[in-house]
Amino acid sequence: MVAVVRFPGTLDHDSAARAVQAAGGTATGAWHQDTELPAGTTAVVIPGGFSYGDHLRPGAIASRSPIMDAIRRHADAGGLVLGICNGFQVLCEAGLLPGVLRTNATTSFVCRQMTLEVIDHDTPFTQGLTDTLSIPIKNHDGAWFGDPTTARIVLGYGHENPLGSVASAAGVANQAGNVLGLMPHPEEAVDPLLGSVDGLGLFRALVRA
Amino acid sequence: MTTTPLHRQLGLTDDEFARIPELIGRAPSDAELVMFSLMWSEHCSYKHSRRLLRRFPTAAPQVLQGPGENAGAVDVGDGWAVALKIESHNHPSAVEPFEGAATGVGGIVRDILALGARPIALLDSLRFGSLESARSRHLFTRAVAGIGHYGNCIGVPTVGGEVAFDDRYEDSCLVNAMCVGLVRSDGMLKSAAFGDGNLLVLIGNRTGKDGIGGASVLASAELSEDDADKRPSVQVGDPFTERKLMDCCLELAGADLFLALQDFGAAGLTSAASEMAAKGGVGLDIDLNQIPLREAQMTAAEILVSESQERMLGLVAPSQLDAVLATCTRWELDANVIGTVTSTGNFTARHNGEIVVDIPALALTDDAPAYDVPQVPADPPTPLRLDDIAAPDDLAEAWRALLARPNVASKRWIYEQYDHLVGANTIRRPGGDAAVVRIPGMQRALALTTDCAERHCEIDPRGGGRATVFEAARNIVCTGARPYAASDCLNFANPEKGNTGWRLAEVIEGLSEALESIGVPIVSGNVSLYNESPARAIYPTPVVGMVGLLEDASTSIGHGFLADGDVVILLGGGRARVDASEWVGDAIGAPERPNLDDEARLIAAMLRLAATGRVHSAHDVSDGGIAIALTESALAGNVGCHVHLAEDRRNDEVLFGESGGRILVTCAPDGLDAIRAAAGDTPCAVIGTVGGDTVRVEIGSEIVSLDLTDARAVYELTLPKAIA
Repeated sequence: MVAVVRFPGTLDHDSAARAVQAAGGTATGAWHQDTELPAGTTAVVIPGGFSYGDHLRPGAIASRSPIMDAIRRHADAGGLVLGICNGFQVLCEAGLLPGVLRTNATTSFVCRQMTLEVIDHDTPFTQGLTDTLSIPIKNHDGAWFGDPTTARIVLGYGHENPLGSVASAAGVANQAGNVLGLMPHPEEAVDPLLGSVDGLGLFRALVRA
Repeated sequence: MTTTPLHRQLGLTDDEFARIPELIGRAPSDAELVMFSLMWSEHCSYKHSRRLLRRFPTAAPQVLQGPGENAGAVDVGDGWAVALKIESHNHPSAVEPFEGAATGVGGIVRDILALGARPIALLDSLRFGSLESARSRHLFTRAVAGIGHYGNCIGVPTVGGEVAFDDRYEDSCLVNAMCVGLVRSDGMLKSAAFGDGNLLVLIGNRTGKDGIGGASVLASAELSEDDADKRPSVQVGDPFTERKLMDCCLELAGADLFLALQDFGAAGLTSAASEMAAKGGVGLDIDLNQIPLREAQMTAAEILVSESQERMLGLVAPSQLDAVLATCTRWELDANVIGTVTSTGNFTARHNGEIVVDIPALALTDDAPAYDVPQVPADPPTPLRLDDIAAPDDLAEAWRALLARPNVASKRWIYEQYDHLVGANTIRRPGGDAAVVRIPGMQRALALTTDCAERHCEIDPRGGGRATVFEAARNIVCTGARPYAASDCLNFANPEKGNTGWRLAEVIEGLSEALESIGVPIVSGNVSLYNESPARAIYPTPVVGMVGLLEDASTSIGHGFLADGDVVILLGGGRARVDASEWVGDAIGAPERPNLDDEARLIAAMLRLAATGRVHSAHDVSDGGIAIALTESALAGNVGCHVHLAEDRRNDEVLFGESGGRILVTCAPDGLDAIRAAAGDTPCAVIGTVGGDTVRVEIGSEIVSLDLTDARAVYELTLPKAIA
């Protein structure tokens, strides 16, 4: 069962839950004040949004929520954690992923369909994925900043790099590969009606776990 | 030295002031006078437009809620209703564009929320002065940033809208926001208060001194040079609180814990509570000391009229109060019982133990004055003489230049700053004729558009009203959806001056005739008057927000060419004219008044075409004429076309002339017979084929073409360059 975490200001929890279902799994909600993940949780997704209104820094307040200790324990035990957009920001702020997300180079919100390159096929998330994925971005603070020589960059924007990420990074994993954060929104790419199903693979990985 | 009496400072006329003691049997207190001045302002009472608005067609089988509530609603089947409303936030945006536009979004979202509906889509209709003006660039870029900031943060996708730039909006920009929401038909909330002893619970933000007098100071008078002084009248938005308020109120509504719900809009508590009381025919007894304040020193009048944002007023049964407060606490929102329902019919307010307000609620609402506006017809327009307009030396260069006008060029710079996807239901994204949004959990989808033919409205308001409705309807049917319901936002200049009152009446007549001809009801709306400065008045700008219903979301049609070899068809018999076209701009001339029968027949024909399942693309021929329509379809599909047009007028009029009544359709060659049969007696002319990497048009012996790569650069880079 995939736990979908919700903070005040989380926006994509319903879409993420639907994506889990589209990947053949079951989703359940986890509330920010909870100190344990729901019983039977096999994987965690932290969906996008503006937790706490991006006050202080995106993800900063949410990263100190009670639920985050439970997620850290889950990750330390090798469990899969997927952070999407604000979820990526939360994971970086929590120290579960390296680097930070800075304001886009455009200094504006950018909503755009992107072609992502799968750079690292060796994580539980990216095994067996095609080399490119059509998935949209939509964020204001999505420029990853970190050390590309030590970080495990899993997904990239290629030449386009619309947000100004270091090494054109779109998604970064921890060294073990069981925690992945990405700025693009795979939950917006799980239904042919909406133009792409290239996001399904990431959710299938969660369901497999 | 004489001082202006308080009632005049507050915007009440001497006659209106004299009426108050007749209604309440004594002289009003200062707090009461402030309340009357706001509730009787144009913005709250529609006193100069109310009588005219009765003309709108509001009845139709699908209507579940017509005008009069916070928003209208229509039945979309399977027990679900769609709520919709469009509203202006013009004057605040002209004073402080970021917060003005942002709080415009917040306000319209709460209107939808007040029905217990989950907001699922936003659209914005914008008008600014020329982008050559530094002030207009500032207003435009900051308003877009404000809309994005608020809409993105609350997680409601901004899926569409439109924008135009013209000197006439230099002093009075327009920011209209539309919201669409979804609610169970049997769970739809109303705002009427009822039941002695039921409790008024204020949920959300603390009340501060922001937005004091917004409705009267800003929205009901002309703008002038000292507008910077009015900045304190602009509200400040907090989208994070709005999102929590949405989540919390929807949870409470879903658990049937609200007996009624109302948002705080213009005139704040005064308006929210008096409307709840007046609609329910009851009284309310409110203790102002129970309202959490942001600033300690606030007078009773300030608390009563503050327009602090992100507040909702719920009616709750005493037995359910604990459950309501617990939910609010979980969402980290303030919630306080501020009053009770009484049987007196009076709006009663206490402050520091004293009764500061005690007046019949109806006096504030139903007894507001209503005026007829002067009906002075403008001179009939003179048609343009083509001979007076220089023919372009190089048609291809003229075409390219037209594509590079901000009014025609791509609006990607705007909509990429809006999250138009959140919720994972956006099937057709911004940039086409209408956005298409799946109704969550249903096979049906909604097509959404906002439109206005303002230049046409200036010169022939009756015809412009019709043109506005038909353009919206054509945009809807181009996606395959059936026009289903509409909301209107009537942006006009000062109705007490010149021809404006007549234009207002004529536009309403034109809108109404057209809506009746296609069976679409108006279910909600808003009026914004006094959009003028000493230097200039805006064009009459009646923005129509229209919702279409598509039975099968998977059948929606886009505007981009689909495949090499497809047949290009011009559907409809509209005749291109330069009058009121983008090509001639302010010269306007005398545009043809849309024929009600012809337009309605075209709309029906397009729906028959869509039903064949053979249509590959459909695109309304509008701004910039057929040349621009072909270019847009080619760019969207990334494939060119080769068409032949009849040389029956001067070539620039053939290419760039506009009229209602034309839709560009494509289909595979083997689908043509089915398309022709579906068109029936609606003109359906094959004009060319899809293919290649140029848009190539032959008019008689002249060949004009535009390279797609070049066209894309011009189309996409115009707006970023213009605001750089």
